[in-house]
Amino acid sequence: MGLRLAITRRLPAAVEARARATYDVVQDAADAPRTAADIFRLAAEADALLCCPAERLDAATVAALPARLRVVATFSVGTDHLDLAALSARGIAVVNTPDVLSVATAELSLLLILMAARRAGEGERLVRAGRWGGWHPTHMMGVGVAGRRLGIFGMGRIGRELATMARGLGMAVHYRNRTRLDPAIEAGATYHGADASFLPLCDVLSLNAPGGAATRHWLEAERIARLPRGAIVANAARGSLIDDAALIAALRSGHVAAAGLDVYDGEPRVDPGYLALENVVLLPHLGSATTATREAMGFAALDGIDAALR
Amino acid sequence: MRHRLVVTRAMPPNVVARIRAEFDSPASGLRDLSAEEAFDLAANADALMISSNLKMTAERIAGLPAGVKVLATCSVGYEHIDVEAARARGLPVTNTPDVLTECTADLAMLLLLATCRRASEYEAITRAGWGRPFGQGEMLGLRVSGRTLGILGMGRIGQAVARRAGGFGMKVVYCNRTRLPAELEQGATWFPDFHEMLPHCQILSLHAASGPQTARIMDAAAFARLPEGAVFVNASRGGLVDEEALIEALESGQLFAAGLDVFAAEPSIDPRLIALPNVFMTPHMGSATVETRDEMGFRALDNIAAVLAGRPAIDPLWV
Repeated sequence: MGLRLAITRRLPAAVEARARATYDVVQDAADAPRTAADIFRLAAEADALLCCPAERLDAATVAALPARLRVVATFSVGTDHLDLAALSARGIAVVNTPDVLSVATAELSLLLILMAARRAGEGERLVRAGRWGGWHPTHMMGVGVAGRRLGIFGMGRIGRELATMARGLGMAVHYRNRTRLDPAIEAGATYHGADASFLPLCDVLSLNAPGGAATRHWLEAERIARLPRGAIVANAARGSLIDDAALIAALRSGHVAAAGLDVYDGEPRVDPGYLALENVVLLPHLGSATTATREAMGFAALDGIDAALR
Repeated sequence: MRHRLVVTRAMPPNVVARIRAEFDSPASGLRDLSAEEAFDLAANADALMISSNLKMTAERIAGLPAGVKVLATCSVGYEHIDVEAARARGLPVTNTPDVLTECTADLAMLLLLATCRRASEYEAITRAGWGRPFGQGEMLGLRVSGRTLGILGMGRIGQAVARRAGGFGMKVVYCNRTRLPAELEQGATWFPDFHEMLPHCQILSLHAASGPQTARIMDAAAFARLPEGAVFVNASRGGLVDEEALIEALESGQLFAAGLDVFAAEPSIDPRLIALPNVFMTPHMGSATVETRDEMGFRALDNIAAVLAGRPAIDPLWV
């Protein structure tokens, strides 16, 4: 009898095809984040579980997973929805999908920066509503990014890809990270070991750090106040990094000129304070939503499962 | 005594400040003037500062009072000015090149990313409350990095777009009348023939000037030569595109998406374009940053000041 793989959600066709070629796949037609009860049902006889970031495997859920389960793969780079200690204690291997979504997520960070700086969401809505009265010299003036300083909070793979893209736009790159990068991969970016030197330089601040307790609400009122007036903020990492009430207040006051957000604390709920604002670009967590990226993520997860079960 | 300047359009505050400091100007860029009002005021003026909304036809240029010594448009494009008529009259005409290069190239990259990643559709969904999960294989966009970008018109803005594309590891092909020297080409591949280049363009961005050679250069035949599922970006001039053919290509799937900052009959836009989800459209804001709009105003004023001081214009449209 073949090995059994439970998959919680629908995945790109090429990924499902490969999974079926290797395993007895347990999957149903539903395509929404699953409850713990759903996961127990799907994984009841499974050797491997492939889940998604909106599904929480906390200590209690992990404790109730079937004895046969040897590996949990998440279709994401983030693992903050998984209780890694509980999984490790039970001897269940954990697989994520790093690297393959770095480029797509960095692209999205840059898109958020450009759209926020250039007021593109506002411009789009104006045109689509048929309210455009024609070109004039003072219309829709945004902020140019060339020659400005980009501060990257979290200089991992995604942050480094973003730095490369931003240099092509003539931006000077600064970064805040626990440790300094090797100068060879730093490529001229300026390291900051403390918020105090970093924040006042951020004409544009991009969050590219992992979520979790250590970074929860990192961008709160005090840190926002240290940004230069008129700064642009982008977040394509984790919603938990931002204290929404503080950012909304800063967007209203103009201290932050504009923000671009792909992730939200408590998503898919979006703080209604954002919805009332024109100077914010709001995308629904699509950092990795390209065909090439999602397929690569699925294949990386399957590679990890294959290795764990071998 | 200060020179008298008529400014026909409302200008950014920093530009207004300089107009007031250096010129005797009735409206001083604080508000838009009607054509009638502008020509009434021109009766006593030394110089005219306009933008694309004021059509300077041969007749209007011939009718300008003899005292007007320079006509400066606060734009890089000058389709609204009959330059030949100005030359016939000996009236210097200037525009504002260079200063909007970076800013327009940024907007082209924005449109490119926004179309590939379906930003218009997705932002509408978020603002409508989101509230539903997306399947991992649902509503997927295109990754930009690694694709081949075709650029029509490798002038300053085209080169600035190519530089940006380098940060995404894109392969760049370009069509230009002449081949660039190697140091400006930066590894891009030159195609003397536009139609020969099109099949290589997974993404195509227009950066050519408008004119008889480029009018409706993107027609049905041109769209058909792009690879299926290509992305089309236009932050140059609406006149380069046959919008019937564009709409057809967007509806058939020949194009994955289009990013448009300019339109054939702007500011009026074909309602069929507005109805399409796979279009990202902005209201001609290639140069719309505070820095660039200031610099455009300053450049127009520099040109005016030069001519009025008896020096050659910095950016003459005829010599």
